[in-house]
Order: sequence, then structure tokens, then C-alpha cells
Amino acid sequence: MKLSFSPEDERFREEVATWLAENLCGEFEPIRFRGGPGDEHSFVEERKAWEQKLAEGGWTCIGWPKQYGGRGASVEQQVVFNEEYARAGGPGRMGHIGETLTGPTLIAFGSDAQKERYLPGIRAGREFWCQGYSEPSAGSDLANVKTRARLDESSGQWVVNGQKVWTSLAHESQYVFVIARTDPDSVAHKGLGFFLMPMDQPGVIVRPIEQLTGTSEFNEVFFDDAVCAADDIVGAPGEGWKVAMGLLGFERGVSTLGQQMLFQNELDDIIRVAKANGAARDPALRQRIAEAHIGLRIMRFNSMRMLSGGGDDGSLQKEAMIYKLYWSSWHRNLGKLAMDVLGAESEIVPEAPYQLSRLQSMYLFTRADTIYGGTNQIQRNIIAERALGMPREPRG
Amino acid sequence: MEFRFTEEQQMIRDTAEAFLAEVSTSAAVREAMATERGYSEALWQQISEEMMWPALHIPEAYGGLGLGFVELAAMQEQMGRTLLCAPFLSTVGFAVNALLVAGSDAQKSHYLGEIAAGKTATLAFMAPGSRADAQAVQATCSADGDGFLLNGEYRYVLDGHTADILVLAARAPGTSGAQGISLFVLPASTEGVSRQWLPTMDQTRRQARIDLNDVRVGTDALMGAQGSAWPALAKTLDLATVALAAEQVGVAQQALDSSVAYTMERVQFGRTIASYQAIKHKAADMMLKVEAARSAAYYAACVADEALGGNPLGGNPLGGNPLGGNPLDAALAEAASIAKAYCSEAAFFNAGCGIQLHGGVGITAEYDIQLYFKRAKSAETLLGDAAWHRERLARQLLDGENV
Repeated sequence: MKLSFSPEDERFREEVATWLAENLCGEFEPIRFRGGPGDEHSFVEERKAWEQKLAEGGWTCIGWPKQYGGRGASVEQQVVFNEEYARAGGPGRMGHIGETLTGPTLIAFGSDAQKERYLPGIRAGREFWCQGYSEPSAGSDLANVKTRARLDESSGQWVVNGQKVWTSLAHESQYVFVIARTDPDSVAHKGLGFFLMPMDQPGVIVRPIEQLTGTSEFNEVFFDDAVCAADDIVGAPGEGWKVAMGLLGFERGVSTLGQQMLFQNELDDIIRVAKANGAARDPALRQRIAEAHIGLRIMRFNSMRMLSGGGDDGSLQKEAMIYKLYWSSWHRNLGKLAMDVLGAESEIVPEAPYQLSRLQSMYLFTRADTIYGGTNQIQRNIIAERALGMPREPRG
Repeated sequence: MEFRFTEEQQMIRDTAEAFLAEVSTSAAVREAMATERGYSEALWQQISEEMMWPALHIPEAYGGLGLGFVELAAMQEQMGRTLLCAPFLSTVGFAVNALLVAGSDAQKSHYLGEIAAGKTATLAFMAPGSRADAQAVQATCSADGDGFLLNGEYRYVLDGHTADILVLAARAPGTSGAQGISLFVLPASTEGVSRQWLPTMDQTRRQARIDLNDVRVGTDALMGAQGSAWPALAKTLDLATVALAAEQVGVAQQALDSSVAYTMERVQFGRTIASYQAIKHKAADMMLKVEAARSAAYYAACVADEALGGNPLGGNPLGGNPLGGNPLDAALAEAASIAKAYCSEAAFFNAGCGIQLHGGVGITAEYDIQLYFKRAKSAETLLGDAAWHRERLARQLLDGENV
């Protein structure tokens, strides 16, 4: 048992850091540390340009196989890349949905024609994707989607009707992948299809959702006789759930250390404030700052276990099952700590009417962390049922 | 990335699990609890002679198995799971580590050899009412002819009334804090040493009071340099803290496992109580705690392994800087505090929730969950509780001090 990367991975780290130092500067200086969770609406055009810069350097889609334009990077190398990217202040990735969700899904389940059509645009940092999963009545109960797709005999196209919600970057994306019901009489996870659809068409309407931060990363997307080609379905009609669930498994672990680097930046900010305003001398706040530090360090150790694969007794990976519940709870506490360290100053907004500081924005947005991607309550059900073998919830 | 057990480590862990399931049953624990000694001598003989556990991380040159701290942590975790009543933490976590960190070659040859052969040992450093820092050392040592004269009173000494070998911390009269501290190693039978069992709330681990009345020892009892032993003692305490944190993981795990098993059996309103979300969510929170605690404890064990290996045998391990300029020791101090802060709360949380999940039977003497609850608290208090370790980290984070 040891806790270090191999010399090869450390050399790779050096290469990543060097490239970022030489390229994430000049015109891109203003977007450093911007565009992350809670800030995804910022610097969109500049971040799109940055995606192309990354692509030129061969730093998009590094985990994809070489035949699709990736580097075939190992899990460790992807972790290292994400960590260095975050350390350098790399901006929130406009292309992350295409790179981490659409691409791997097409590589695993797509036809050759779909791969040829869609992968190069993602790899080049020119075509951006958003995700059409959740609906007003399909949140935690994702299988309850109501959006419908029917194959129109005359036009030979799929026609889609319904509504998606919580779609981030919808107005900045050229494409959306959508799960929709191909069998109108089906229920739950049966009878679904997985569709690749262009956003720029009359049948797709995007409406931003204003969040508690006053900004809008999330959108509602309405499909009113929206269309895509007959062969823009991944897998067969009825296989949509299988494709969608396969997709959820792709992201595991690789981005965790990058995420933790962002958290570390936030904690460092809080410590700077505490030292400057005297909160660092308050015994109760000292306890909470130390607790945040401990929590973040352990988050890293957990990730290392996940990356090392396999449970201690060779069974399922329990450290992976707790990960979402762990980080979301930790981050939500950090948000509150930031405000408590700021004290009275925490209420004062830097600019009228409602331009929040980074820590204020973080504080408010952390309330979303324990909800999206599986609420804490759903996470606890999953842990209890799958890891501890307790009885499953009855389903209506 | 290899942050998981090697095959050999897994085997050691599995062997320990199987052996302890057989010998450290609820009945065996309760039998040992009822004795003043606090453990079965026959079992200790089996543990030391057949299993060779006390020799685990003693180098082969001194009659040990030469394994590492991760193996020790794996063992300690299993002992926590079964609440093994034995002088293992005192002998191995405290005394062996003290000898490895601060002992001369002659002291190691002699005492580590004895321990590998089955003798027990402990470390005494705390004055009555003190906390586990340098100021806890109040016993005194003064020059006396060719040797030293030791006086003072220690409390909270693990297995102090039965240990064969004592490592003692004492300070030069008139000194305070980290200054003037020396370490000694001597047979417990040395004249002037008197020892008394202190009954404890957690009956699965014994504590004692040790009084020194003009105890005369030679220079061969002195470990390292006179008056500058605080870094060595601090490092020893950090190593013991890591071992204890691993044990707390085992306590937290068993509190979870036994509680889940109970809720799967217990039927109310026509269904097992494990089927209620209120119960499931509590259990999920307990699992989160134990898995995070496990990550913290094994990370600390990896660091402890390096910190022990990084100091060549025999020499003064810490150089001249009394506040531990050695980066490996600073990493150990940080890792130990992270592990102890988190594992203490995880074990206590899980044991406390465990009683709640057991309902009425949770507060009876008959069910074992109460024993885990008591062990969780005694382990939390031992070597600094969570708040103490958080403040230690806060000094590093906020005041720029070495911990």
C-alpha cells in the first residue's frame, strides 16, 4: 500500500503543467479560475476559444482511444491532467459534456456513422453538447420521463415532444442528447430511446432558469415537434435506458482530484480572509477551519482508494459509493464556513444590484451540490441498499 | 496508484480476522473484563508465540518479522472490531515505537528481543489531570552519580499494572514545555516503582497509576540524549495515535455491522426496521464515516511507515531541531492528527448511533454495542480527542507553526 503516482505519471504531470503555463496566459489570463460550478455563465466566448486552444495542443478528450483522436490516457494520467488543470486555474470546460458523456457513449454504443459524424467536432473543441435527462416529473426518479419520440413515416425523421429541465449551457450548445419514450404505452425504464438532436431548430426552445445566485446556468428546454434524423438514435428504440446508464458510469473518479483542487482554492481563500480579519483567532472558527482541512484531505485519500480499484476485501468499492454524499456535504459546510469567517461583511454584495463575490456565490450554489446528480437522500438509499444490503424502497 | 492492500497485507488482515473471531468472542472479552489483569495470559502467549504479532514491525535484526506499519494498522483494525482484550496497543503501539524511535542499539537488541519473545511493555508520560502534550510530562529526573534518580506520579498508563517493561518520560526539575524531557527504559520490577490498577469505564482496556519513589537507573536506561527527548516522544505518540486510529476504524465498522444485522432481524409494524428510511439513512451515514475513517487511518499508516523507515536505526532520529524540522515527522504529525480527529468522531458516532439503532436492548449489559460505545469514548480521549487534534492542525494552518 502506498500513496503516490508512478514516475511516468509524474513526467506526464510535468508535461501538462508546462503546456498550461505556456498557453493559459495572455488573452486567456482573464478566464483563469472562472467558469466553474456556479460560474458557468461567465466568459462563454473566451472559454469556447480556449477549448480550441486545448484541442490544438492535443489536450481535449485525452482519455479517448487514439483512433478517435484521444491520447488513450490511463485513468491515472486523466486524474493528473485534471489536477494540474485545476491547479493552473484552467477555466470551466465548455466541452466537458461532449468529452465525458457524449463521446464515451458513442464510442461504446454508437454506430460507425455516428462516431464519424460527431466525435471530431467534440475533439476539436468546436461542437458543444448539453444533456437532456431530467424533466419536471423525472428528477430522482429519472426513469419517469414523459418526453416522447415517434418516427414520422413521411419525413423519415424522429419527432420529439416534451420538456427537459436543469440543462446547463443549453443556449451555448449545438447538440443535446435526449432520452425520450419511443413506446408511448411503456412505463419506467422500458421503451426509451437515446437521441442526438441539433439545438438550432424551430422546435427547440430554451428558457433560462434564474437561480438563487441571480445568474442562470440551468435552463428549461422545450421540444415542440423537434426533429432529428432517423439514424440519430443511439442503440435501438427501447434501449435508451441501457445507453443512459452506461453513460453515467463513464465519469467515475477521473475528475475528483481536479474538483478537489477547486475546493482547495476556496479553502485557501477562506484561510486568507480568516488571517486578515482576525477570525483565525476565534477558537470555534479555528475548529471548523481545521475540520474543513481534515475533510478535504480525507476526500483525497478516498479518491486514491477509488483509483486504486477494488475494495479492501475485494468486494464492491464502498469508498466510491460514499463519494458524492461525502463531497457534497463537505462543500455545503464549507460554504457556510466562508460566510461565518467573513462575519458581518458576508452580507455586503460587491456590486449592485446583485453581483456576488466568489465566496458568496459559492455559499449559495453549494445548496445545489446536495441535490443535483442524486440528492443526499437518494445517495443514502443507494448506500443502504447496495452496500449494506438493507431492504429496497417499495416502488409505486 | 496502489493505495490498497498488497496480497500479503490482505492475507495478514484475513488471518487476523479469522483468528480473532475465534479467540476474541463476546464471552472471551467479558471474561477478561472481569479480571484485574484485564486479559488472558494464555491468549497473550498464543498471540505472541504462535501468531508473533508483537514482533510484527520489529526489524528482523532484533528478532522481529520486519513488516511495516500498514500491516500493523490492519491488525489493529481487526483488534478493534472484536474489542480484543490484550496489552497490544501498550506494548506495540507505544513501547515498541518508542524503542524504534529513540532506543540505542543495545536497548533495542535487549528489549525488542524480549517483546518479540512475549514480554509486555508500556509507555508512561502523563501526570494526573494532564493532556497528551509536552506539559503532561511532570515526573522528574536528576543526575545521581553515574545514573539518574526518577520521581513522580503517572496516570492513564495503558496496562501499566501488568507490563514487564516500562518506557518513562521525565523532565529535569525546573524545566517546562518541550524543554528538559528525557526518556528511559527499564524493567517494571526496578526498585522504587509501584503500580496500581485504575478501574475504568471502558473495561476492555486497562489503565494504571505508576509512582516513582527515588528510582535509580544507570545511563544504560537513558534513551537518546538527556533533556532533548520531546521530539522523539512526540513522534512516538504520533505513531501510537495512528495505531489507535486504525483500531477506531474497527470499532466503527463493528458498530455499523452489528447494528445493521440487528435492524434486519427486528420486526415492528409488520416489517424489519431496516426497511425504514429513517434507519437506512442513519446506517448510510455510519458507513460514510467508517469508510472515510478507513481512508484517513491507512493514509496515516503509509506516512508512519515512511517516517519510521526514514530514520536509520540506532541514531538520534530527530537531529537538533526540538520542533521537528524533519519533513517526514511533520507529515506524520499532520496525518496522525487528521486520522485521530476523524476516526475518534467516526467511532463515537457509529457506536452512539449503534445504541440508538438497537433500541431498548442497546442500553442493556447483555448486548455488545454498549462495550463498543465505551471503547469508542476511551479511545477518543486517549492521545487527544478530536477537538485537540483539530486545534493542533489549526496552529499549523493559521499560525504557521509546525504541529
